[in-house]
Amino acid sequence: MIDEDKTGNVEDTVSRRHFFAKLGLGSLGIAAAGTAAFAYQFLEPNVLYEPSPVVNAGKPDRYPLDSVTLDVNSGIYIIHSQEGYFSLSAVCTHLGCLTAWKPELGIIACPCHGSRFKQDGEKIEGPAPRPLPWKRIWLNDDGDLLVDRSTDVPPLQRDSFVRV
Amino acid sequence: MAKTVDQYFDGLRGTRVWRSIFRSGTGSSTLKRALAIQQNVFLHLFSTKVRTRMLSFSATWYLGTLTLGTFFILVATGIPLMFYYHPSVPQAYADTKDLQFVVSSGLFLRNLHRWSAHAMVFLVFAHMFKVFYRGAYRTPREFNWVIGVVLLLITLLLSYTGYLLPWDQLAYWAITVGSNIASAVPLMGNKIRFLMLGGNAVNANALLRFYVLHCMILPLAAMFFVAIHFWRIRKDGGLYSHASEPETVRAKAAMGDASAKEAQ
Repeated sequence: MIDEDKTGNVEDTVSRRHFFAKLGLGSLGIAAAGTAAFAYQFLEPNVLYEPSPVVNAGKPDRYPLDSVTLDVNSGIYIIHSQEGYFSLSAVCTHLGCLTAWKPELGIIACPCHGSRFKQDGEKIEGPAPRPLPWKRIWLNDDGDLLVDRSTDVPPLQRDSFVRV
Repeated sequence: MAKTVDQYFDGLRGTRVWRSIFRSGTGSSTLKRALAIQQNVFLHLFSTKVRTRMLSFSATWYLGTLTLGTFFILVATGIPLMFYYHPSVPQAYADTKDLQFVVSSGLFLRNLHRWSAHAMVFLVFAHMFKVFYRGAYRTPREFNWVIGVVLLLITLLLSYTGYLLPWDQLAYWAITVGSNIASAVPLMGNKIRFLMLGGNAVNANALLRFYVLHCMILPLAAMFFVAIHFWRIRKDGGLYSHASEPETVRAKAAMGDASAKEAQ
């Protein structure tokens, strides 16, 4: 606060008490902000003990032609079609339930809210907002099929299949 | 002219929201200041009036308050540590190592928890010595001394149960030795040890039991007895002050009468 007295002299009127009150409140504010940053950093894990997104699906000859195989543990389908092998996420795009292959109907169906998908992931009906995404699939040096669950690939493209 | 900090607070205290939470209202009359203590759920355990000299360092060395302070630090650091600790045999030691080396600020929180635990045990003993040598345990405060002994035991049990949780060699053998000491109780010693460990050896059940005791049962028991401990201070006539004790006052009055008679 700068006050001007009658003679025109500028006088600094910040009292000692006022100064220390502001200093104290300011320090508390800084400490509170620091605590918030500290808590955020602490709560964000630096190391995760989660399964790798890359799944080994074994040798291609495990999957007969025109078959759809669900791996329940990793939540993916390995599909051996005429065009080659491809992999589909088995997790419904609606609310994350695990879908199932219905061989008698030739469709993929979600047990939770009735979404149905074609063998290539395209939605037939139900509340699912998007088709089931395709996952990157390739052969490693040992001849095993590997699927990267963290990488989506465009459906039905040449590069999205593996041919053996 | 800019508002001062005080004026901001006065404005805040006048708002309807503030008045709905703190009902006593503003004002510095004796009544208002007493109501501010008496109508607050946390503060109503304490006396509405305290002798000024009892607030000086020399009166108590603040040992009880400092003990409470370490307890608050232990709660505030212990809860975040629980976010990263699994009380299971395969994970407990690895989680402790992760807290030391991987988790952001985990080392700081763990060390603060450990040092505060040591400080709390020290301060509890210091507090008890101070109370003992001042004679503050005597009538009418003898029951509060008993509650203090219970709180000492809870503090030591918290230390002991926390000791096992890192699940390292030190912890394992310390609890092995400690539980064997418990089995020295006549007649039911082995039963006590069996119940304490949840089995015949320090293993998964013992780890889980000590974890539940350390994080739930003992802290809740401590809070329960601390509340009684503080409430009893008010009920027993405030903090012990020799000059204000009824006996001292009576003796002084008698002396005063005697000297007054002599003067006649």
